[in-house]
Amino acid sequence: MLVNYTDIWTAFLQTLTMVGLSLLFSTLIGLPLGILLVVTRKGALLEQVPLFNVLSSVVNVFRSVPFIILLVAIIPLTRLLVGSSIGTKAAIVPLVFYAAPYIARLIESSLLEVSTGVLEAAEAMGATPLQTIFRFLLPEALSSLVLNLTIATIGLIGASAMAGAIGGGGLGDLAITYGYQRFDTTVMIITVGILVILVQGLQTTGNLLARKIRRH
Amino acid sequence: MITFKNVKKIYQTNEQSIAALDGVDLEIRKGEIFGVIGFSGAGKSSLLRCVNLLERPTSGSVTVDGQELTTLSAKQLREAKQNIGMIFQHFNLLDSNTVFANVAKPLVLKGIKKEEVHRRVTELLAFVDLADKADHYPDQLSGGQKQRVGIARALATQPSVLLCDEATSALDPQTTQHILRLLKQINAEYGITILLITHEMGVIREICDRVAVIEAGKLIESGTVFDVFSNPQTATAKNFVRSVMQDEIPASVQRLIEQRDAGHHVYKINFLGAHTGQPLLSQVAKRFDVDVNILHGSITELQNIPFGSLLVELIGETAEIARALQYIDQSDVNVEEVLADAS
Ligand SMILES: Nc1ncnc2c1ncn2[C@@H]1O[C@H](COP(=O)(O)OP(=O)(O)OP(=O)(O)O)[C@@H](O)[C@H]1O
Ligand SMILES: [Mg+2]
Repeated sequence: MLVNYTDIWTAFLQTLTMVGLSLLFSTLIGLPLGILLVVTRKGALLEQVPLFNVLSSVVNVFRSVPFIILLVAIIPLTRLLVGSSIGTKAAIVPLVFYAAPYIARLIESSLLEVSTGVLEAAEAMGATPLQTIFRFLLPEALSSLVLNLTIATIGLIGASAMAGAIGGGGLGDLAITYGYQRFDTTVMIITVGILVILVQGLQTTGNLLARKIRRH
Repeated sequence: MITFKNVKKIYQTNEQSIAALDGVDLEIRKGEIFGVIGFSGAGKSSLLRCVNLLERPTSGSVTVDGQELTTLSAKQLREAKQNIGMIFQHFNLLDSNTVFANVAKPLVLKGIKKEEVHRRVTELLAFVDLADKADHYPDQLSGGQKQRVGIARALATQPSVLLCDEATSALDPQTTQHILRLLKQINAEYGITILLITHEMGVIREICDRVAVIEAGKLIESGTVFDVFSNPQTATAKNFVRSVMQDEIPASVQRLIEQRDAGHHVYKINFLGAHTGQPLLSQVAKRFDVDVNILHGSITELQNIPFGSLLVELIGETAEIARALQYIDQSDVNVEEVLADAS
């Protein structure tokens, strides 16, 4: 093996950092965006069809750019934001650009599942738009939101491996540089093994949490 | 209490416009239970939803408690809505909230203090007989229990009007009776005006004071429940009355009627109100030389007044039967011979 266990541990922590921070930032952007996509559409709580159309198009544009291209295309912006275009921190920028629109769509679909009847009850009670969002829409969608954010997190783990290729570090980087380019099968097996366990663990936790919220 | 003046509601879809309400005038009095009945698509939900502006009327005005809601600002409208409770066919409870939290919701939205919310919700849950279910979630309740939660929630802000959108249509007959009794109790104890819509005449018969029949967006008939039941004017109203009065003639009676030539005479005696209490038929049998054979009948109560009809065969000499009929007629009970082609 061309690397030692400390290297693998470091890479593992880098992956966690990349995924954790980009999940945090992309949720901070994606959640309000997803909510806006739901409440501004035709016939919704705060109908603003032009705004909806703009947001929806922007999301679609970002969603249609392949990640590997996004990674390169926004290098100038990355440099501007974090002062460098390589390294773990730098990888977070394209990851957020990749995941935020994706999360916005996932959140949109979760919120759209909330029954119109519940929203009607909110309206009949005289709830304000903010009350409707925070006291009706989000709590009713919570378990579905957890499942969808689990999917997004797993997507980010995959993407972070790619981001590693441009020097972001992490398990993906290790797998590519040593496992693939230098034919070190052991490194390949260990890193992929860790990724598999990570994904399995996340999905199981997400499922458990969602079920706990639904209580059955 | 609730006044509709020439209310129109037109839904604009891609190609066509649907007039769900086509010039509705209606006056609902304080403290009454008013029912609107109609077939599917007649415009019942549109009518009800125009009261709390879940739908805005395309034209015309709706006034609740002297306030014309369409003229209010968003904030005023939210306040006005706290005076209008609403319950739904599918309950529309929050599955993510406990029974307690569901009932507390309108109070929490109003920003009422925690202790006060607790006191009020406890009281409401006791009223709807669900005190022991406070910590349950809606999916652990039966349909009737869910509707009782819905009722408690609707009453939380002490509204003066309660709107019921097919509130019992998803429930079995026995549970329906429970809920209707509860609504009646709310009306009696708190003096809340109730406007309900339904497609079941049984619901109207059970609790309403007055009723209107809606068809294709127009109110085609209205009056006290007693008047509409005893003397329906339109074909639709007659249909609805028939749906609960079971005045279909059974096959065995039908056979008798068809044997009129063989001397069988079947009469329908309509009891409208106070007369039902009198032993009319036994008097007929005593006074005249006729036998009264009761074939079929249904008597019910409308607003505590007996109401219904009997099918009887009068057996005896033709002249004697004629005298008996005259006697029955004089007693103000409506009587008519049932002929074979009449059914
Ligand atoms: N949001 C809407 N958009 C377009 N058309 C509508 C809308 N809501 C109702 N309609 C139409 O308006 C008419 C009246 O509908 P409404 O829901 O008031 O009837 P209803 O008497 O409540 O019927 P049901 O017993 O089936 O609930 C129907 O033809 C219906 O298709
Ligand atoms: Mg309806």
